[in-house]
Amino acid sequence: MSAFAFSRTPIDTLALRRELSDPACGGYAAFEGWVRDHNEGQRVRALEYEAFEALAEREGARILEEARERFQVAHAACVHRIGELTIGEMAVWVGVSAAHRHEAFLACRYIIDEVKHRLPIWKKEHYLNGDSGWVNCERCAADASTHQTPHTHP
Amino acid sequence: MIRQLTVQYYALLREQAGRREEVLESEAATAAELYEQLARRYPFTLAPGVLRVAINGEFRDWTTPLRAGDAVVFIPPVAGG
Repeated sequence: MSAFAFSRTPIDTLALRRELSDPACGGYAAFEGWVRDHNEGQRVRALEYEAFEALAEREGARILEEARERFQVAHAACVHRIGELTIGEMAVWVGVSAAHRHEAFLACRYIIDEVKHRLPIWKKEHYLNGDSGWVNCERCAADASTHQTPHTHP
Repeated sequence: MIRQLTVQYYALLREQAGRREEVLESEAATAAELYEQLARRYPFTLAPGVLRVAINGEFRDWTTPLRAGDAVVFIPPVAGG
């Protein structure tokens, strides 16, 4: 099995874990990303995830396939939430099963790192003080306006 | 040459464009030219250097020639996980 999916409802890790079970596997590693109550000095009240789903699903499937090939693990899966989430909720889950634990840990780490860097998913933070902002976008924008960066071709 | 294109907006660009999607006629030959045009119409704060481009659902170079009917998405800095 190799599956990347989005979910608009809480992630059922037990059901997902069951799908990774395999008599040939002696190790299972999982990562859960949770919504934290603070970020870069701001108190966070809630998060909102938005995704370009069609592209993210294709790219997510590629990441899982890369992990399976690179680390020779048996199964890998990832589910990412979209929509509004509150503090403590699970935003992302990665699970890997393999013959041995070493490969399972490595593949799990690879998948979450690539998911964070490559998938077209955006996170808007809503702060306790009433402000809100798109993570990684507001600072870029601030830098651009400070330096009067022209809209040149990259 | 004027081409009909579909542009979809996400996250900060969606808010700044005030829409999720639009169909427009443009003379832009590349995604880079198209973003330059759109940045004159909307109060975009993101420089093209921090964006990526997808055409018809796949990542593409900014210099990829646009064809009639293409669906273009400008991808702001991502923050999954």
